Amino acid sequence: MATYVEAVRGSHSMDKSITLPPDEIFRNLENAKRFAIDIGGSLTKLAYYSTVQHKVAKVRSFDHAAKQESDGEPLYEISVQEEITARLHFIKFENTYIETCLDFIKDHLVNTETKVIKATGGGAYKFKDLIEKKLKLKVDKEDEMSCLIKGCNFVLKNIPHEVFVYAKHGDSEFRFQNTHPDIFPYLLVNIGSGVSIVKVEAEDRFERIGGSSIGGGTFWGLGALLTKTKRFDELLQLASRGQHTSVDMLVKDIYGGAYGCLGLTGDLIASSFGKSATAEKEFSKEDMAKSLLHMISNDIGQLACLYARLHNLSRVYFGGFFIRGHPVTMHTITYSINYFTKGEVQALFLRHEGYLGAIGAFLKGAEEDNPNQYCWGENYAGSSGLLSVSPELNPMQRERSGTFLFDMLEMDRLERQLVNLPLLQDSSSYIPDTVDLTEDTLAREYWLCCFEEALDGVVKRAIASQKDQPEAAERAEKFRQKYRDKLQTLRHQPFAYGSLTVRSLLDTREHCLNEFNFPDPYSKIKQKENDLALKSYQRVLKTLEELSWEQRQIALVRGLLAGNVFDWGAKAVSDVLESDPEFGFEKAKQQLQERPWLVDTYNQWIERLKGPPHKCALFFVDNSGMDIILGVFPFVRELLSRGTEVVLASNSGPALNDVTNGELQILTERIAAMDPAIQASLSEDRLTLVQSGSSSPCLDLSRLDKVLATVVRERGTDLVVIEGMGRAIHTNYYAALSCESLKLAVIKNSWLADRLGGKIFSVVFKYEVPSIIQGHH
Amino acid sequence: MFLNTTGCLWILSFPWFGMDIGGTLVKLVYFEPKDITAEEEQEEVESLKSIRRYLTSNVAYGKTGVRDVHLELRELSMCGRTGTLHFIRFPTAAMHRFIQMGRDKNFSSLHTTLCATGGGAYKFESDFRTTADLELVKLDELDCLIHGLLYVDSVGFNGHPECYYFENPSDTQACVKQPCSLAHPFPMLLVNIGSGVSVLAVYSKDNYKRVTGTSLGGGTFLGLCCLLTGCETFEEALEMASKGDSTKVDKLVRDIYGGDYQRFGLQGSAVASSFGHMMSKERRDSISREDLARATLVTITNNIGSIARMCAVNEKIERVVFVGNFLRINTVSTKLLAYAMDFWSKGQLRALFLEHEGYFGAVGALLELLKASEDP
Repeated sequence: MATYVEAVRGSHSMDKSITLPPDEIFRNLENAKRFAIDIGGSLTKLAYYSTVQHKVAKVRSFDHAAKQESDGEPLYEISVQEEITARLHFIKFENTYIETCLDFIKDHLVNTETKVIKATGGGAYKFKDLIEKKLKLKVDKEDEMSCLIKGCNFVLKNIPHEVFVYAKHGDSEFRFQNTHPDIFPYLLVNIGSGVSIVKVEAEDRFERIGGSSIGGGTFWGLGALLTKTKRFDELLQLASRGQHTSVDMLVKDIYGGAYGCLGLTGDLIASSFGKSATAEKEFSKEDMAKSLLHMISNDIGQLACLYARLHNLSRVYFGGFFIRGHPVTMHTITYSINYFTKGEVQALFLRHEGYLGAIGAFLKGAEEDNPNQYCWGENYAGSSGLLSVSPELNPMQRERSGTFLFDMLEMDRLERQLVNLPLLQDSSSYIPDTVDLTEDTLAREYWLCCFEEALDGVVKRAIASQKDQPEAAERAEKFRQKYRDKLQTLRHQPFAYGSLTVRSLLDTREHCLNEFNFPDPYSKIKQKENDLALKSYQRVLKTLEELSWEQRQIALVRGLLAGNVFDWGAKAVSDVLESDPEFGFEKAKQQLQERPWLVDTYNQWIERLKGPPHKCALFFVDNSGMDIILGVFPFVRELLSRGTEVVLASNSGPALNDVTNGELQILTERIAAMDPAIQASLSEDRLTLVQSGSSSPCLDLSRLDKVLATVVRERGTDLVVIEGMGRAIHTNYYAALSCESLKLAVIKNSWLADRLGGKIFSVVFKYEVPSIIQGHH
Repeated sequence: MFLNTTGCLWILSFPWFGMDIGGTLVKLVYFEPKDITAEEEQEEVESLKSIRRYLTSNVAYGKTGVRDVHLELRELSMCGRTGTLHFIRFPTAAMHRFIQMGRDKNFSSLHTTLCATGGGAYKFESDFRTTADLELVKLDELDCLIHGLLYVDSVGFNGHPECYYFENPSDTQACVKQPCSLAHPFPMLLVNIGSGVSVLAVYSKDNYKRVTGTSLGGGTFLGLCCLLTGCETFEEALEMASKGDSTKVDKLVRDIYGGDYQRFGLQGSAVASSFGHMMSKERRDSISREDLARATLVTITNNIGSIARMCAVNEKIERVVFVGNFLRINTVSTKLLAYAMDFWSKGQLRALFLEHEGYFGAVGALLELLKASEDP
């Protein structure tokens, strides 16, 4: 039933002695508007919407017509502009701090025109007067269950890896699930003091189909009576140490063994507390708590299964304070669901389950901002990630946060609608990342170290990108601190932000850089390298044109690969580039592995090229400079000459030295000015530039700009080229597409090369034809 | 050896017992022949006489054994003989004393077959063999339950129907027990509440499946009551429960929402959280043992009702029959179950009860004994 829990933990007494680190927690309050609050039995969740002013790097072409080109001039201008984006803040803290927090908010709320605060949760009644008095806002109460469902829909839609399966004895305790394109229908089992079972069929269509009075309140209340233990988490700790078999009557206690013909194993509980009526002895608190936990978890699991079966639902999410990040209850519920459905239904949990009510209440108050019309992304820099709340089970985290438990979630409004690449073979089973570092301990250790070691270089680069700003060094230091803390958190809680992957490590770094106003640390390097590469463009073309067809094809591929060596994201390469400014395209070619490559399906590719041209190729490009100009353009030019249309997809925002859409526009213009073939293709609309919607060095094909998806569909794209380690190795290596695809990259990391069975600068050239198409040929 | 009128082979020697050894209670049915001829009586060995006398002249056996006199079926015709069927129970904890007695009374010399069902038939099999030199015939628990139930219903309860239901279950004032017949019993959902609970979907005498079960049963009620109130027996626990007020222990919908939760059509009087008030120390200090016993009873009963109802809907069965010793002298639970079935199904489901609540397994075991003698 309700998540409401009567506060019995002394939350009435306001402890003002605690000094908040408030600007760390209530961020952007001066620009805050639209507040919502969800007050539960022990925790308060506050939500607000703010506008964030942050710097973005823009590139702008010089007016070349008016100005005579000279060798010393860079080819475009870089400027940093202020941009305003929307952000959602969610903060969770213990009810004890509510008054202190309200005071702080009141003092910092400057610009808001807000008049009301949406409130939900059982405690909303109790604190209504306090809130109205302190904030001078009118408390507007919203229905708890509707808020919960609204919040649930929101996180399911917007946060990748929101959902996880809990496996206590698995290689990794948390197995995250991909965002499902269609989230409905699902069953939400909310275990508060009672249990509510809600069937959700659409955004605004849900129904409470059932419930039970045996819930978290029963565990807590009955547990307190039986064990004289007052606190909920203490009861859980007792339970985690207990043995239920001394209290419960098991099948083997009745039968002397298993009851085979009914398929009942001997260890199955036949009667909860069945031994406590006859036994003469005293039972330990631990054993009784454990027995009680099993009794309640099994009962809830059984009812959930009966309702899931009746309504034919396979996605069952569990939430409420009984679950809320507690490994003990997640385990017993998982066990119960598994038992009662014979493994057919998995118990699913949510990373931000504790925020659902606050998110929902907020959304109800923010309808005029149409938050549901936009896509939102979790900001890793501003979110504290999934924390375990059981102090015993997670001493590390408790130590770091002290007793002062604040938890934050921030979500940024994305500039665009993100959708699936229409060419994914099966969007529901698509997983972008090649290695899940939550499961692969060795890989995790390596990459966490690798990112830590690379941190100095990134800090240096960040400062260098803003030489004109004296406080840049200080900001860069803050960035270092923040990112190092994140790495530290992930070392101890790899599951904090969903599946830990190389991609998430890279993205977290980008978020942290942005946080401290380093929108594009590589802008100058990119500029310089683009400039340099442009100068060699015509020479490279000329060399290629002198070759025979066969020779030219391999030269184009080698050029593409050589260009891909120029990657500031790879430490091995950035070290070379830093120390040897002369390291050029030819030198890079020499570094490449000779054929046969580590993965080498070049022969099949050549055979394919001898056949009819592709209708349209979608090319996900990687680095600036040599890569895009001397590698990608000549390759693309060849495709165009065969009659294939080409769509170049580049990042919407900066990431490392990857070429952004803005930069690519200018580069293409410049190349077109030198190369009539490119010029013609542009004007005939056979060469198109689109933005991917991403600002990551990796690529998630399930979150791409809607425009890109439309172009891909309209042009009848039948070839997808994915280039680079980030996009083709760390992600998408195993991505199955419904059309031909070419994934190529140079492995610029010896550890990874070793893992794949090769050496540094090994080449992956993976040309794939889906089996359906193969049949037609 | 001769054939009697009903076709039973006269190989079956007395005494006739059927036994169901559960997790908490042993249920024993004993057929006392009332048509013994003078010759028969003469031939009867002393040990057999002694057993009959012991069982029929007492209503209590030792400290814990009880004969439910009010349940005995009189002038019952079984296998050509007429007699009284006696219903006896004692705690499973006393099983070893029972086996001892079997040895002391030289039971094994009677060359009778002892048919037993329930988990204890397996658990105590070797004890019967080694201590009392008795070989148990182990029978399937659910087969026995269904056969016993159908048999007792068919012979009736000394001229009255075995089955009953509650009229006006939603109205505490007008709620009355009404006898009825199980003439067309199938399909039925059979909910057997012993220490734990088994839920069966029964389509015919021999076609049934176990749908589910729950560990929250009679054993849980008694176990929790003992821990919470210090009581020792089921009778004591029920007595306390009958005087208690569960709303002091449970948190109701109106305790949270001030009234009905209209958004979801929940009545204010519905229990939102069993034992939910007990989260608060002040509340814990202000309740009585009776309140706790009542809350435990209501919690367990409502939960069984809820599971039974879901199973009935899933299996598309409208007739829900509750049996098992949890329901013995337990009108709080029977009325609550009747109410829950009726209310939550909006009158679609009907809860049915049987007078011999927990004895059907034992009767089924006895029927197997008699059936074995019919086989050529």
